[in-house]
Amino acid sequence: MIPTAWPRYLPAGDAALVVEFGDGINEAVNLQVRALAQSLAQAAMEGFGEAVITYRSLLVHYDPARWTYDDALRMVRERVSSAGQAQTAEGRLIEVPTVYGGDFGLDLEYVAAHNGLTAEEVIRLHTGADYPVYMLGFTPGFPYLGGLPPIIAAPRLETPRPRVPAGSVGIAGQQTGVYPVESPGGWRIIGRTPLRLFDPLRDPPALLSPGDRVRFVAISPAEFDNGA
Amino acid sequence: MALEVMSPGLLTTVQDLGRPGYQRFGVPVAGAMDRYAFQAANSLVCNPPGAAALEITMAGPQLRATEDCLIAVAGADLGLRVNGARMPLWMSVFVRRGYDISFDGRRGGCRAYLAVAGGIEVPRVMGSRATYLRGGFGGHGGRALAEGDALPVGATNVYLFGQAGKEWPDSLRPPCSDAPTVEVILGPQDDHFTEEGISTFLSEEYSVDGLSDRMGCRLRGTRIQHRSSADIVSDGIVLGAVQVPADGQPIVMMADRQTTGGYPKIAVVASADIPLLAQCMPGGSRVRFRETTVEAAQMRYRKMLCALKGIPQSDSPWSTARGENNRGN
Repeated sequence: MIPTAWPRYLPAGDAALVVEFGDGINEAVNLQVRALAQSLAQAAMEGFGEAVITYRSLLVHYDPARWTYDDALRMVRERVSSAGQAQTAEGRLIEVPTVYGGDFGLDLEYVAAHNGLTAEEVIRLHTGADYPVYMLGFTPGFPYLGGLPPIIAAPRLETPRPRVPAGSVGIAGQQTGVYPVESPGGWRIIGRTPLRLFDPLRDPPALLSPGDRVRFVAISPAEFDNGA
Repeated sequence: MALEVMSPGLLTTVQDLGRPGYQRFGVPVAGAMDRYAFQAANSLVCNPPGAAALEITMAGPQLRATEDCLIAVAGADLGLRVNGARMPLWMSVFVRRGYDISFDGRRGGCRAYLAVAGGIEVPRVMGSRATYLRGGFGGHGGRALAEGDALPVGATNVYLFGQAGKEWPDSLRPPCSDAPTVEVILGPQDDHFTEEGISTFLSEEYSVDGLSDRMGCRLRGTRIQHRSSADIVSDGIVLGAVQVPADGQPIVMMADRQTTGGYPKIAVVASADIPLLAQCMPGGSRVRFRETTVEAAQMRYRKMLCALKGIPQSDSPWSTARGENNRGN
């Protein structure tokens, strides 16, 4: 790859452009993405649509009937300059109550054994970290979380399960996350939360947003039934 | 007033222009695959462009109107009949109460849009009446139509008799082809492909796989070569983005696409050519890609908007490609 200076600006077809702030996954880069998103949202310029936050880039939609690529790019560059000095809104800390193990976490023992730990140690490590939300995607409400302690990483299932219950908390490689809805999946499931991460009829429909921090809190199965 | 579903057809869903402001929550935009035919049908029945209508796929439904109404069908020719009589597409048609609207067989294209004056008035979810099938929400109960459904239709002030027989100009109908050439703007990850890979992409013919659906147009053909990895850090996916996973087989991301993805995107299809892809038959059509610039693609898009507004054009948004677009017929 030819080294380039950041940010990089690229057309994404005739109605969007991408602003890349780096090429890896780290909080400093993601913060710049969020800062620009916030700046554009505040400017609310006519002919600009949604800006989608991802790990290290912002996808900015614009109306090609209103803006040429060059003019849209100029506007976005201006926002990048001013966003640099802006403070992004403080992300919230969201607690995710989770029942670990047993029927709720069929792979907890696997993750423990794989790393030479006890199940209790895995729970202690998983609940002991704060996980920044880098972006939502893949499926509605699904959070891409960073910060998994490497010592509890575990590979995906070789054969995905056809159905993973909604609210399942899992580990796949270096990632941890929560399935917002039931779906097939290959993640190692260590627990389940009664929280509804996604509800199409709620406003906003997703519980989490980029910039939030997630903390998992261990609860008992009885508390799960009360919270569901 | 309602449209009663006597039989649902292969895949009929309520759609509008989608919910574009919720991608930050991982919610796909959804909406009509062929936004041009969709808006034209609405225009013919004097609806606002974003009124909800039916997207009909390959084999059409049988519907019955509980009151007199005005309909228009645009897009694919699936053999429209009203009260048993063949009716033209791209034209507003008066439907008497109790008459059946049916489809006797596909003659071309893939998706037809049936608009009714007043619009389909199912509840909005996140501001839109579009059905998101995978998520099971939006439209009519988050699913395709089934026998026995009754779709509420909004009130309209349109004088039905007076507006019947309005025709969409032939010159403003996109070419209906089983082998279109579509224009693309290279990037944003064209640097992930070898020169040979890009050249292959822009010269070979790709067939539309039978597994293609509202999420993506899956293509089969000569492998497109990556420089090294076929993984990128997940980033945003626009309508028409062409993802190429490790198997080198391109997928054009369509209305129900995931909002983010980890495969490199070699190019993005020009907005004006998305309707051509929406009319490709899974397991039947073939596609070629031709490079264009952002400026040229935007010019064609603006022509398409003018066409939707009924502004006469000296040439259509698809005229440059018309020669090639007829080669498959």
